[in-house]
Amino acid sequence: MRFFSFLARQRDSAPVARERLQILLEYERRIVSQSDLVAILRQEILAVVTRHVSVDADKVQVKIDRGVKVSTLAVDVEFPNAGAKVNAPA
Amino acid sequence: MAKVIVVTSGKGGVGKTTSTAALGAALAQSGQRVVVIDFDVGLRNLDLVMGAERRVVYDLINVVQGAVKLPQALIRDKRVETLYLLPASQTRDKDALTEDGVARVIAELREKFDWILCDSPAGIERGATLAMRHADAAVVVTNPEVSSVRDSDRIIGLLDSKTEKAEKGERIEKHLLIARYDEARAARGEMLKIEDVLEILAIPLLGIIPESQDVLRASNLGSPVTISSIESAAARAYQAAALRLCGEQIEMTIPSDRKGLFNRLFGRRAA
Repeated sequence: MRFFSFLARQRDSAPVARERLQILLEYERRIVSQSDLVAILRQEILAVVTRHVSVDADKVQVKIDRGVKVSTLAVDVEFPNAGAKVNAPA
Repeated sequence: MAKVIVVTSGKGGVGKTTSTAALGAALAQSGQRVVVIDFDVGLRNLDLVMGAERRVVYDLINVVQGAVKLPQALIRDKRVETLYLLPASQTRDKDALTEDGVARVIAELREKFDWILCDSPAGIERGATLAMRHADAAVVVTNPEVSSVRDSDRIIGLLDSKTEKAEKGERIEKHLLIARYDEARAARGEMLKIEDVLEILAIPLLGIIPESQDVLRASNLGSPVTISSIESAAARAYQAAALRLCGEQIEMTIPSDRKGLFNRLFGRRAA
């Protein structure tokens, strides 16, 4: 079989498919799990912050920057100064 | 104890409906009570593949909305007496499926059946997520082809996050069913091999269904391949997969219709 495919000078396409899938899925799995992580972090950070100050849910920004060696997590919470409700910690 | 199985794939046309019908019939032939449910609202086809298209009066939506009682909508198979079909609605919109309604229907079916096979629509929208919602286990149908494998990977991710079991922190059993496999083409390097697909998707293998003319013949006739061509390679592959679903340990082979020199030379390799 190998002998004939060599004569046909056609590269096997299955190994190409396999390699393309492996590269693509490694990327896609990371994207999906990362977007989940951001959503979870955002929700939990919001819950912790609102225990102490009243915050508009839209004013909580969570961002992850993925670097080669380290990634950074940026959390930006905006809340009003005047009339900010301060609760005693539980 | 009833078991709810979702037959899913992400991509369309890979053999979900064919596999639901064939596995359902194979399980029912051993005397177990089986119901196959079509979740593809608006594009139903399980009724046609099962040969029951002229017997549909009520459907899943009617039951979900409480318009009729469950037994009124169940269609009993004329060939295998423990096999039932719950068809989808052809005229309604998929939004007519409510989460509570589906939960109620599944709970009621659990009382009456040993196996509840949910035939998922293609895609990752409402119909597909509701079909997997209450499943104890999933059969992921995949063709050895790039777009099918990619979509299966996505579906596996959803099974691990969006099902009731996953949300409770429990593990949902996942089984890979590779359909339309052509052993000769894979051997020539023209098609992804079983090992390739298994390595990429990383879930246990339930069975390998060889590309077979009997499958088209079965849908032409409206009779699952495990009923219409019981001795065919595809039927034997589905029968073995059904036994594995029941927990039996069966050696993984790729059944073949060709009994020639080729098979004796190259053998049948288990994955």
